[in-house]
Amino acid sequence: MSDAPAADERVKEISRFRQALIRPELGGMVGTMAVFVLFFLFAYDSGMFAAQGVMNWSVVSAQFMIIAVGACLLMIAGEFDLSVGSMIGFAGMMIAVFGVVLAWPMWMAILITFAICLALGALNGWIVVRTGLPSFIVTLAFLFILRGFTIYIPQTIESKTIIGGIRDAAEGDWLGALFGGKIGTGFFQWLGDMGVIETFERGTRQGQPVVDGIPMLIVWAIMLIIFGHILLTRTRFGNWIFAAGGDPEAARNSGVPVNRVKILMFMFTAFCATVFATCQVMEFGSAGADRGLLKEFEAIIAVVIGGALLTGGYGSVLGAALGALIFGVVQQGLFFAGVESSLFRVFLGIILLAAVILNTYIRRIITGER
Amino acid sequence: MNFLKSIALTALVAAAPMVAATDAAAEGERYVLVSHAPDSDTWWNTIKNGIALAGQQVGAEVEYRNPPTGDIADMARIIEQAAASNPDGIITTLADFDVLAGPIRNAVDQGIDVIIMNTGTPEQAREVGALMYVGQPEYDAGYAAGLRAKGEGVTKFLCVNHAIQQPTVGERCRGYADGLGVELGDAMMDSGTDPAEIKNKVLAYLSANPDVDGILTLGPVSADPTIAALKENGMAGDIHFGTFDLGEEIVKAIKEDIIKWGIDQQPFLQAYMPVVILANWDRYGVLPGNNINSGPGFVTKAGLEKVEKYAGEFR
Repeated sequence: MSDAPAADERVKEISRFRQALIRPELGGMVGTMAVFVLFFLFAYDSGMFAAQGVMNWSVVSAQFMIIAVGACLLMIAGEFDLSVGSMIGFAGMMIAVFGVVLAWPMWMAILITFAICLALGALNGWIVVRTGLPSFIVTLAFLFILRGFTIYIPQTIESKTIIGGIRDAAEGDWLGALFGGKIGTGFFQWLGDMGVIETFERGTRQGQPVVDGIPMLIVWAIMLIIFGHILLTRTRFGNWIFAAGGDPEAARNSGVPVNRVKILMFMFTAFCATVFATCQVMEFGSAGADRGLLKEFEAIIAVVIGGALLTGGYGSVLGAALGALIFGVVQQGLFFAGVESSLFRVFLGIILLAAVILNTYIRRIITGER
Repeated sequence: MNFLKSIALTALVAAAPMVAATDAAAEGERYVLVSHAPDSDTWWNTIKNGIALAGQQVGAEVEYRNPPTGDIADMARIIEQAAASNPDGIITTLADFDVLAGPIRNAVDQGIDVIIMNTGTPEQAREVGALMYVGQPEYDAGYAAGLRAKGEGVTKFLCVNHAIQQPTVGERCRGYADGLGVELGDAMMDSGTDPAEIKNKVLAYLSANPDVDGILTLGPVSADPTIAALKENGMAGDIHFGTFDLGEEIVKAIKEDIIKWGIDQQPFLQAYMPVVILANWDRYGVLPGNNINSGPGFVTKAGLEKVEKYAGEFR
């Protein structure tokens, strides 16, 4: 702004420093750096920064990122989805029911599951925009409805609450490999041969590297972040999302299809949850009725640490991704640092609080309120 | 810059718990116990006491890890994480074979000794390459309970299952039904974990099925409200009542002849033995030749004294 041809007294001068400070990702960036520096100091020799350790916290962070991208866009559009965790359990169970119990081809089971979950997301959004009820209440209802079905369905048809055999059913399936496979295996084998990363000492995988590729989970996380970021910052639809969350009435008056934007964001959140669930069942080979418990809050926490405002209209996908990274690194890192695991919650609470306080300051800077 | 201050604060709190932690490092081997139990499950307190005591006695460093919500997929990550930190041994439950077999197998291949405890079977332990299995085979324990109940005159039963999402716990009901020689059918009740709900569900079931003459509960969570329910409908002491695990209320009920027996799988041993075994294996290369069955041990009115004294701590 400062190098505009002629100074305009209507445009307020903002220094570059100040401009950098009001970016929503700022808190996330500073937090990420702080967390890495600290863990590097305190857990350097614990295996946390060896190949296996890096893969461990990367995978956990990627999980958070996948659901955080959906939660972030939805939150910017001014709504919450508390059914994310239940949706993860539900989607995984659907894949198991179609793919294992009914023995349909895995790609069909996955596609049908995506269709069902997107429809449920749309239903969530439709109820919210039609009734005008807070999304908090509507999706809270779905939290219980979906969890109930996730327990009821396998219990009824198989009289158990974990359905296994998904890995075998997905063997050689083209779509299954897109969620459960790994890429770069040759490169990692080479790294292992070169002695850059450790190799297994015994067993059937002797000589293979302990990290043998990048899981598709991480690839999905990166793709979703890029997609979400571009959608939000480079497209007209992105502006609509901000407008729908910032001031829905004003947005409606200026022709933004607020209801459609919100319903689509609910569907996108459901999509992210289903991606999470599919990757999980493909990797672990079974669907359990208790999967995804409390994940909705973890998604919201990642988004809030990443600088989005709970009131909507403000936030960034990159911030949410950094929030997820902080969350993952801290959660896994505390173990490597040898901290009692019950303290993790204390720590998380403190980070969350600090992030919210930071965000409040940022909002005041932007809006100029005192 | 006020918010720069809060950044500094963040850094400060981030550092605080870690400084404290690095001091805690002791000499000797390091063993990590990973369970599937959510934080809310107090039964595992005995496990924590068990490894702590064993660690102290053999001079090894021990750690307890669990997924906060009981999510098994999270548990798989914790095992991977534990393996990445290169401990001398990992002691873990096998709550879901499909999910956990891979990470455990990787740890074994990486050269870490693994002992399976509590949940899983000896066969599964062998399959993942673990040294041994220490625990109570759940189906067998249920079967033994069923046989015993049959001998004591039970013909139709109710199994109050407060952990329906954990399939291994349900195995106890299935074993019990097979031991009795009856169909499980709808005898297994998904009771939830809320005490008032459990109590009223049990009352409703018993009034709807007056021919039920046996009850099996799967732990203090379902046993305590069931005791209250039986006291309320006057069937306490009248109906045959067996339970898994022990707890204060259960011990009291055994004393009052409301509960016939509690099946103790002796969690203390499940935690204590693996640490001692791993330490001796690491130091002297000695290893018991077999799996260790920590249960089922039937606790009846006779011999309650020690149980009472250490209930919730070592029993």
